[in-house]
Amino acid sequence: MASNAAVPFWRAAGMTYITYSNICANLVRNCLKEPFKGEALNREKVHFSISKWADGKPEKPILRSDTPGV
Amino acid sequence: MLRQASRLLSRSGSYKLVAARAFSTEVPSTIDSTFVESWKKVAPNMDPPQTPSSFMKPRPSTASSIPTKLTVNFVLPYASELSGKEVDMVIIPATTGQMGVLPGHVPTIAELKPGIMSVHEGTDVKKYFVSSGFAFLHANSVADIIAVEAVPLENIDPSQVQKGLAEFTQKLASAATDLEKAEAQIGVEVHSAMNAALSG
Repeated sequence: MASNAAVPFWRAAGMTYITYSNICANLVRNCLKEPFKGEALNREKVHFSISKWADGKPEKPILRSDTPGV
Repeated sequence: MLRQASRLLSRSGSYKLVAARAFSTEVPSTIDSTFVESWKKVAPNMDPPQTPSSFMKPRPSTASSIPTKLTVNFVLPYASELSGKEVDMVIIPATTGQMGVLPGHVPTIAELKPGIMSVHEGTDVKKYFVSSGFAFLHANSVADIIAVEAVPLENIDPSQVQKGLAEFTQKLASAATDLEKAEAQIGVEVHSAMNAALSG
């Protein structure tokens, strides 16, 4: 198998394609003009809660959110 | 019991090895009859195994003459920009350079780099700046282009692009670890591409 094909610089540095693609998308979003930039950043907000499980029971959940005050 | 199946089958002698199989676009989606016969000889009470291709819908057939228009599906994670639109040509920013796609293009999978994608319909040209993604060109002149972020050029702010370019060039010079260098390099590439797109 041709495993000596030239790898892209980001993969050589240990980054996956998804990370690379998301970084590119974020950079483009940050360079938008005003109403579009607000919409784009709004669209990309995330809000989720994670809880680790131990002994079959969930522990206290950690909340991660981009919407303030929630 | 099934571990012995392949040995028993090859022992039966009439089973042809699969080395010379045609491409899946050419073979109709029917089960290989030679295999089924050998199977029935060896294990008559068991159904022959199903293969993934027997569950697949047959591929759309390739027209014998090249269609006049290219059908483009351009999708983003949050919206379907173009859906089944018939156009004359698209130029996509592949990693190997700007690639012009006409109807009847050879089937290709192209990885996209940050750059301009233009959709040509008669005298109309619509340009988008694509952050990255993939383009799948099918044999039946359908192009599926997927990108994470694609914006019309008018929506990009040139002053922010210049600022970003300066910032990342500086970060590239001062980066220490491989990862920081890679991130700074990505920043420089994306901002240079946007700069070139705005001025070109």
